[in-house]
Amino acid sequence: MTNKEKLLEMLYLMVKIRRVEERLLDIFAQGKIPGFIHVSIGQEAVAVGVCSCLEPTDFILTTHRGHGQAIAKGIDLKRFMAEIYGRIDGYCKGKSGSMHIACKEMGILGSNGIVGGGIPISLGTSFASMFKGEDKVTVCFFGDGAVNEGTFHESLNLASLWNLPVVFCCENNGWAQFTPQKVYMKLENISTRAESYGMAGVTVDGDDVLKVYEEAEKAIMRARKGQGPTLLECKTHRWFGHFAGDAQKYRSPKEIQEARGFDPIGKFQKFLMESKYINTEYVNTLEAKIKSEIEEAVAFAENSPIGEMEELFNDVYV
Amino acid sequence: MKETRYVKAIAEALSEEMARDENVFVIGEDVGGPGGAFGATKGLLEKFGERRVKDTPISESAIVGLAIGAAAQGLRPVAEIMFMDFLTVCMDQIVNQMAKMRYMFGGIYKLPLVLRTPCGGGLNAGPQHSQCLESWFAHVPGLKVVMPATPYDVKGLLKTSIRDDNPILFIENKTLYALKGEIPEEEYLIPIGKADVKRAGKDVTVVATSRMVHQALEAAKTLSNEGIDVEVIDLRTINPLDKETIFKSVEKTSKLVIVHEAVKTFGIGAEIAAMVCEEMIDCLDAPILRVGAPFVPVPFNLEKFYLPNSEDVAKAVKKVMEY
Repeated sequence: MTNKEKLLEMLYLMVKIRRVEERLLDIFAQGKIPGFIHVSIGQEAVAVGVCSCLEPTDFILTTHRGHGQAIAKGIDLKRFMAEIYGRIDGYCKGKSGSMHIACKEMGILGSNGIVGGGIPISLGTSFASMFKGEDKVTVCFFGDGAVNEGTFHESLNLASLWNLPVVFCCENNGWAQFTPQKVYMKLENISTRAESYGMAGVTVDGDDVLKVYEEAEKAIMRARKGQGPTLLECKTHRWFGHFAGDAQKYRSPKEIQEARGFDPIGKFQKFLMESKYINTEYVNTLEAKIKSEIEEAVAFAENSPIGEMEELFNDVYV
Repeated sequence: MKETRYVKAIAEALSEEMARDENVFVIGEDVGGPGGAFGATKGLLEKFGERRVKDTPISESAIVGLAIGAAAQGLRPVAEIMFMDFLTVCMDQIVNQMAKMRYMFGGIYKLPLVLRTPCGGGLNAGPQHSQCLESWFAHVPGLKVVMPATPYDVKGLLKTSIRDDNPILFIENKTLYALKGEIPEEEYLIPIGKADVKRAGKDVTVVATSRMVHQALEAAKTLSNEGIDVEVIDLRTINPLDKETIFKSVEKTSKLVIVHEAVKTFGIGAEIAAMVCEEMIDCLDAPILRVGAPFVPVPFNLEKFYLPNSEDVAKAVKKVMEY
């Protein structure tokens, strides 16, 4: 069990992710953000449970639904927001946007717009750690839709074979874009595939941040000690559509309602209240703090300029 | 100077760069114990050990992805993809990941990464083991494409490629692996993006790549007996393209033939021809001609009709001379 300070930090991060994404939906609807955004509302426990076990020097690779993972890894909200707005003060000078955000300082190798595209790259960061004799661990996040890509198979086999210090974290929200899991695979638990690669595999309730933390900590420790990779499946629920603005006609209102019944933040808050770690006043103060952080970040982003014309030609080559 | 084979020159370049820089490692299918399908990594495992010479499963996406992640963390991977045709099974990693990572992330990562692969027909290896796909990759911003034709060039360019901080597709040629040529005893480097005038001449410019450089030189020799003085430019690097060398030559000759083994349609010949037309059409005294393979898959049994050769080059040169 973790200490009180850690638990409160986890609550802070989970609430922050949700409020940031709610604000993003609002800003997106106002037409202020170009392109697409994909929110992870309802899935906050996975990002926070896993990233809370990591050091700032560890690496993560994230997905198109990766805001939460980046925030949980410790990205600065102002530069994060500026990036999503496509502004020059963003982490990637506005060139990545929501779907590709990367942050070298926090070991975020970038979110990937290609389903399963980041999995092979996680072999490289973990290989580099091993090659250099460093104890840095890589966590590679992907959704359940990615596990039927060839990259999943190639990468898990190689990672296991070479004992690479990597954790493959499947954030299973039950939906591969518009298609439910039962339509695209026979297996119920994706982690059962781990055995076929000769690696550890575990399925955990991804709506329970403490359970995620517990299993992630074991997996990350195994990787750090050179005991090889783990396939960590966190079963969670996607409250919204695939992208912001998705009317979700492929989902019944009942199913959406049920998904929203699994609220990782509500569950965790209840636990913390019952344990007397927090009270309503604490939550109110926390919400106010987060709100002001978000508004500060939004103002920062909106005041940051878009890159000049010559920026178009920068960074193609070194 | 010493005489060495193209494939040996590659092994020498790898060995020298691995000795020079601890961060260089070699990865690919059969690159360790077997020394590579064509012998280009022979001796490296014995010299540098399993930590730096990595045999992999047959998993091209994993090989390229690993190289990308490792390069982003400061290592200098040299990955081998056994046949150029197999690049198709790891296209996402090459085109969407490797070529985009630096730009998409606003320049925060460098990717010092070399992807070595052999192209070309001539071994009756059939349609899935013989293609020349360089124009696909030259079409993708973020990649550099190098295509050396001689033992001297392959060694010097590979060493430079390994030291370059950009992702590089390094295209070798299967039929050239056994080719012998002179290389210096001492260390040398060849800059990327610099074409080489392999034969100076005043009548017609022939721009060629890889194996076709030798076909062009053979044609030039034959034509010299007929009083036609051909200048042969070996591109060496497809992207960035050395416009300056091509333009300088065309200014002199006013006639241009472009030669590559890849199918003629939509090949790099079209790019070079368009470039010359756009910027120096007034210099031209004849239409630009292209020599390339016909627009069919590389046949297993009919290669002799398929592969462009020195006679095709000579025919094209004569045609522009007669215009």
